[in-house]
Amino acid sequence: MAESPLVLVHRPPTMKYMDEPLSRYYRILTTHTSSDPLPIFLSRHASSVRAVVSIGRFKIDADFLSHLPSLQLIVCTSVGTDHVDLPECKRRGISVTNAGGAYSEDVADYAVGLLISFLRRIPAADRYVRSGKWAKYGEFQLGIKLSGKRVGILGLGSIGSLIAKRLEPFGCIISYNSTCQKQSIPYLYYPDVVSLAANNDVIILCCALNDQTRHIVNREVMESLGKNGVIINVGRGGLIDEKELVKCLVEGVIGGAGLDAFEKEPGVPAELFGLDNVVLSPHTAIATPGSFNNVVELALGNLKAFFLNQPLVSPVRLD
Amino acid sequence: MESIGVLMMCPMNAYLENELQKRYNLHRFWTCPEKPAFLETHRNSIRAIVGNASAGADAQLIDDLPKLEIISSFSVGLDRIDLGKCKEKGIRVTNTPDVLTEDVADLAIGLILALLRRLCQCDSYVKSGKWKYGDFKLTTKFSGKSVGIIGLGRIGTAIAKRAQGFSCPINYYSRTEKPDVGYKYYPTVVELAQNSDILVVACPLTDETRHIVNRQVMDALGPKGVLINIGRGPHVDEKELVKALTEGRLGGAGLDVFEEEPHVPEELFGLENVVLLPHVGSATVETRNAMADLVVGNLEAHFAGKPLLTQVV
Repeated sequence: MAESPLVLVHRPPTMKYMDEPLSRYYRILTTHTSSDPLPIFLSRHASSVRAVVSIGRFKIDADFLSHLPSLQLIVCTSVGTDHVDLPECKRRGISVTNAGGAYSEDVADYAVGLLISFLRRIPAADRYVRSGKWAKYGEFQLGIKLSGKRVGILGLGSIGSLIAKRLEPFGCIISYNSTCQKQSIPYLYYPDVVSLAANNDVIILCCALNDQTRHIVNREVMESLGKNGVIINVGRGGLIDEKELVKCLVEGVIGGAGLDAFEKEPGVPAELFGLDNVVLSPHTAIATPGSFNNVVELALGNLKAFFLNQPLVSPVRLD
Repeated sequence: MESIGVLMMCPMNAYLENELQKRYNLHRFWTCPEKPAFLETHRNSIRAIVGNASAGADAQLIDDLPKLEIISSFSVGLDRIDLGKCKEKGIRVTNTPDVLTEDVADLAIGLILALLRRLCQCDSYVKSGKWKYGDFKLTTKFSGKSVGIIGLGRIGTAIAKRAQGFSCPINYYSRTEKPDVGYKYYPTVVELAQNSDILVVACPLTDETRHIVNRQVMDALGPKGVLINIGRGPHVDEKELVKALTEGRLGGAGLDVFEEEPHVPEELFGLENVVLLPHVGSATVETRNAMADLVVGNLEAHFAGKPLLTQVV
């Protein structure tokens, strides 16, 4: 019987959830267990590896790829592929798959949760009760009504569509800006982010991070959103010019934000910690057991298809 | 023309106070050092009471004010008003339905998400600098969970519609089954709790619904189930709730209301599987203004001999 294929797993030491499922079908090699420097380890042990599973956000750059001459597939357990050098993969003929829709519901739920938590001041109100202040000082500060608000979604993909579907019964008026504008989409389309921001009370960021979208939310967009405007970010920290965001929040250029992602995680600008117009979250929008089960199944599905020369389940476009 | 005496039972809204002050002789009950003496002095000039979810008018107060004609509540709930006594004496009662329905329903969903996804803990985790030392743990998915609603009135229906957007199957308990709603009816609250992941209280507080969520219901909901209360504190047997949560027999609770507000059982303060809010169901600027306009509008209509806007009795 032929030996099962060798799969390289490139992951932080704490993210072990793929190891056992992979071991059922493949021999696995992990990059973090060797004491050798990475390039030496790869050259020594991984020259025959055809598939890499990428967990977490360790960079897969041209240098890493150069040590894997047999590589043909990178399976990412994230939706985002901004940590992978996609042009280099295209050049080398390496396919890349991502988490597809495995996380979409959980991220969409979380985006709505962040928005309601911000407008209705839920974390602050909870602290107000637990610290005994309600009994001592009386009524808490009023919040802001969600129903009827104009919500602009940046990136109407799998996650963005589910966010829209969740917010419609709240009476929110949905509009969007996306790389694909379809006749079949029932929401109002804005041709650019500035006009999206100008015409909405809330903007929700759930598009991919790439060269075109880095810092797409800049000072101009935030000024356009205005002093009552809210930003919810369940995409990547790099979508927002974080230095400008902090200034805009502190100075009241925008009303507030609910943020699950930051430019240099787990680093978060300390100026945000004392603000009462932000709800912060440690990049946890996907983090439910169901989502992890989904992505394990999807990753195994992609690997199986690859080794059987069948179409991949969730391939990413490389251009 | 003699000025109309209006008795406001507690502080509730600055805008409302101003609007009442402009039109009437407004008495702020909470500032009176000797309440019985005050009532004795003013018994013949007070023709209206403005109450809310915390303070209304019981039989004693109604008897103490022989010129009382109307009670206008800054709430939709009427559990603080002795409605029987009002009917008996021909005193009219108004409330603030519809204008707060969306806010309360929004908050119910907000409580579910904050509880299941640990949003409050996540916010504290980042703001206290803990994220540097490790990721937050896994939380519980909301989409697809079954939601059981006690009371399918305006608020219960609005909650159901919102939960459906998250692909949640909807169950309900109501005094009578509603055949056209498309949700699954359960004839008892215990059965509703047995068959739902999330139980939401959304019915009025009456003698029949006091402690409608009791130990039996909580046990039926179980260690994986969660309770959301946006109704009134007394809907839930609070002593039993605290035991169920601290003993791990109930999975969690999102509470906007308590039996003795603003007092909240301190045993809950250290629990991670609760979200505790200071009765903010209708607490947005927009909605409180709309509620205030309704209170004032009802009083104006009454004293001008016009039809009331939102009459209950």
